[in-house]
Amino acid sequence: MLLDALTLQLGYNAVLVTLGATALGVAAGTVGAFLYLRKRALVSDAISHATLPGLALAFLVAVALGGDGRALPLLMAGSALSAWAGLWCVGKLTRATRLSEDAAIGAVLSVFFGFGIVLLTVIQSLSAGRQAGLESFLLGATAGMLRADALVIAVGGALVLLAALALRRPFLMTAFDEGYARVQGIDTARLDLVLMTLVMAVTVVGLKIVGLILIVALLIIPAVAARFWSNHAPRVVLLSGLAGGLSGYLGAALSATAPDLPTGPIIVLIAFGLFALSLLAAPGRGVLAAALRHRRLQHRVHLRQGLLALAHGQPVYEALTRRMLRGAGLMRADGVPTDKGRAEAARVLLDESRWQALRRAEGLASLAARDDGLTRIDTILTPDQLADLDARMSLQEVR
Amino acid sequence: MSLELATRDGARIAEDLGRSPLALRGLTVSYGGEAAVFSTDMTVAPGAMTAIIGPNGAGKSTLLKAALGIVPSLAGQVTFWGQPLQTARARIAYVPQRASVDWDFPTQVLDVVIMGLYRELGIFRRLRARHIARAMDCLDRVGMRDFAERQIGQLSGGQQQRVFLARALAQEADLYLLDEPFAGVDAATEAAIIAVLKDLRDAGRTVVAVHHDLSTVETYFDRVFLLNRRPVAEGTVAAAFTQDTLQAAYGGRLNEGALVGTA
Amino acid sequence: MGSEFVALSLPPLLIGTLAAMACALPGNFLLLRRQALIGDAISHVVLPGIVVAFLVTGTIATLPMLAGAACAALLAVAMIEAIRRLGRIEAGAAMGVTFTTLFAAGVLLLERSDTSSVHLDVEHALYGNLESLIWLDATGWASLTDPAALAALPPELIRIAAVFAVVAIAIAAFWRPLKLATFDEGFAQSLGLPTAAIGLGIVTLAALAAVAAFDAVGSIIVIAMFICPPAGARLMTNRLERQIAWSLLFAALSAIAGYVIAGYGPIWAGFSASVSAAGMIATISGLILAWAALAAPHRRA
Repeated sequence: MLLDALTLQLGYNAVLVTLGATALGVAAGTVGAFLYLRKRALVSDAISHATLPGLALAFLVAVALGGDGRALPLLMAGSALSAWAGLWCVGKLTRATRLSEDAAIGAVLSVFFGFGIVLLTVIQSLSAGRQAGLESFLLGATAGMLRADALVIAVGGALVLLAALALRRPFLMTAFDEGYARVQGIDTARLDLVLMTLVMAVTVVGLKIVGLILIVALLIIPAVAARFWSNHAPRVVLLSGLAGGLSGYLGAALSATAPDLPTGPIIVLIAFGLFALSLLAAPGRGVLAAALRHRRLQHRVHLRQGLLALAHGQPVYEALTRRMLRGAGLMRADGVPTDKGRAEAARVLLDESRWQALRRAEGLASLAARDDGLTRIDTILTPDQLADLDARMSLQEVR
Repeated sequence: MSLELATRDGARIAEDLGRSPLALRGLTVSYGGEAAVFSTDMTVAPGAMTAIIGPNGAGKSTLLKAALGIVPSLAGQVTFWGQPLQTARARIAYVPQRASVDWDFPTQVLDVVIMGLYRELGIFRRLRARHIARAMDCLDRVGMRDFAERQIGQLSGGQQQRVFLARALAQEADLYLLDEPFAGVDAATEAAIIAVLKDLRDAGRTVVAVHHDLSTVETYFDRVFLLNRRPVAEGTVAAAFTQDTLQAAYGGRLNEGALVGTA
Repeated sequence: MGSEFVALSLPPLLIGTLAAMACALPGNFLLLRRQALIGDAISHVVLPGIVVAFLVTGTIATLPMLAGAACAALLAVAMIEAIRRLGRIEAGAAMGVTFTTLFAAGVLLLERSDTSSVHLDVEHALYGNLESLIWLDATGWASLTDPAALAALPPELIRIAAVFAVVAIAIAAFWRPLKLATFDEGFAQSLGLPTAAIGLGIVTLAALAAVAAFDAVGSIIVIAMFICPPAGARLMTNRLERQIAWSLLFAALSAIAGYVIAGYGPIWAGFSASVSAAGMIATISGLILAWAALAAPHRRA
């Protein structure tokens, strides 16, 4: 069944939903990556919640004019307008008052959403029993998706993706160094506005499939997950788009296999799965790799400090250091160094003294910058340089 | 350095530990799998003014924060007058970097200084007229009495730094640890702060400041501690603040304008 | 008129007001700690909390529900911290990952389980049902002194009043360390204050207020009241004590005006039905903030 779904053999509606969700995921992942690199991920939260009043107003206007309030393009236009208003308010609150952006985001998203709910109850009382079905936009509803809807979503997603890719250079330059980008002649304020417009477009396109509360997930989670795998910004964008697309595709396919697996939440949970995997297992920035690195550093630091203490004839106080020295066969239980320990201690002390001398050695001092406390000096210097250094050291001791 | 020589050193150092207001042994702090401060020994001399100097990213602020337990250390020991931090806390005053707080916080200058009385007031004790008088007195010592009712966001950088110093004065500590007290302050403030610190020193208190302006080290401080992730030199200004040690701490960067004619 | 007001309008008014104030109080500290959106995250994860509580206990008894919601809120906070620290991810993105995921999990659980028989749905979670919290035994103002009638007060009122008291007392009692740790964390740590525990304490108070308020009025009010009244209040004054007073005033004003306009506004305008009180309260709080942003004495830094 799942295989059928993954290979798009599960009926017309399921195919539409899967293709739409994949397109949406790629677009959201890509745009979200730019947003995340710009450190404004949560603006998407304000934008998405701010779509609700527009959605309701569009419906009311359409009904008042005698049309069908549920036409998707119309609802999308309405929600885009009110998302614009919300975005404008966030900007205005941040610039014109002392409030920080996170407070402005929170205020706008809650107030717009609250006002949207007021309008929804108005609609409910107007239509008196006839369900307008606007509630489905809160969490998405793919059951009755029409071919036209899927087409709108796919085309919208593709347009957003193309726009984002076309502007990738200025986006990344601004995210990396706003000041420099401005010197290069980029109008960063306008560019931010374009980015927000793309975020808004993704939100509006995603209303039907994942709903306005969960679209935030598709904008944020793939980008955060992708960031773990690369320090190279264009690659982060690419990976984020892939992660978003994969989440959309797998999520929609999976939800098509059973009636009580709502599309939006499944897509989000799959995206989170990708994120959790990245958090744990990514090389470099992943948790496991970092823990391993920390442990290795801790071991080397304690071993070296313990050996230096032995070399100086000082007692070793720290319990962890003692354990490690004994574990390595460098120190006996009573704190006396073994022969091997003595030899190692002498080696470390020599290394230490050489580093100290290197800092004062004319012509070589710049190499001292490579001293991280753990690198052995004979891996940095050539044998000739080492001999030179040793000669200076003996000279100093004579003096 | 031979092994024997080192052993004698070790014995002498151990003796100093109990008297030193702040002694570090093998302090190592890591950020993301890299050592920000490595295996650092430091023995602060009592009743003196010590500058911690070193290039950017040398771990100067990190060293103070790790000593106070604000950032965790990977290895090493910290003692204050031979005691662990917990027992010595009441005798220590810390002045964080000015930029580390949100100056838009809704509070008044006097309120900030009163924070320095926290160890006395605790959670529940009432704030009395004598506490306020003491806080005003501390403001007076840094020349900020007239600003007591000012909102802190309306102060200049130098005035903010003076308020921070007044808060530390209110703690009536024996050891003052200051993180970049002269960063971004005007000349008048710098002079006022150094006068207050010298008064403290003359009253037998110990002052340790992270400092970045090499040109003023000799006139402001008695002792220096040079750090570049690892300790480079420690001692009186005359002995430890030399072309030689500076070269060792700053390496090639010394000539890039960090230093204005010294030593 | 009096009897109708006491029975039908007084309890929801009180509940709305107390809920708004209980959220606004910790909201002040969240705002100053740049954690305003923690409130947003907490209110999103209340839904999965009550769904799980329902699945575990099989009932819609209030206490397990509240416990589940509180656990979910604390889980969310722990998850945000873990993602932020372990993955070195900025706080905003960590929040975004956390609350959307937990919310999605809640919706999924809700769809998968048979909750159609009980009153548990997403819309209810979002905007509650303030209007239904009425005091049937009340016959008029005299009922306020009648023990028998008082015993039949809506339990939501008792709960939110108790939570408001707890939050207010906790903040008053720990005022000094709260203020100190919020203003200068490094200095507070040098004094030996447990700043991590204080941070967790504020979030716990916020979670407590969110859960109790959510029970009565849904999560929209919760987000709005965490942020809008304190944000507006910040623009009114430069003293924390006064900021808190203003935020309580704004919260109460939003609740009362919002409830009245939602209940009577449409009738005055000639419609028969009323609109969502929760949504209207959030809207009014936004209007108050908008006014403050335009005209408050300390709106600019």
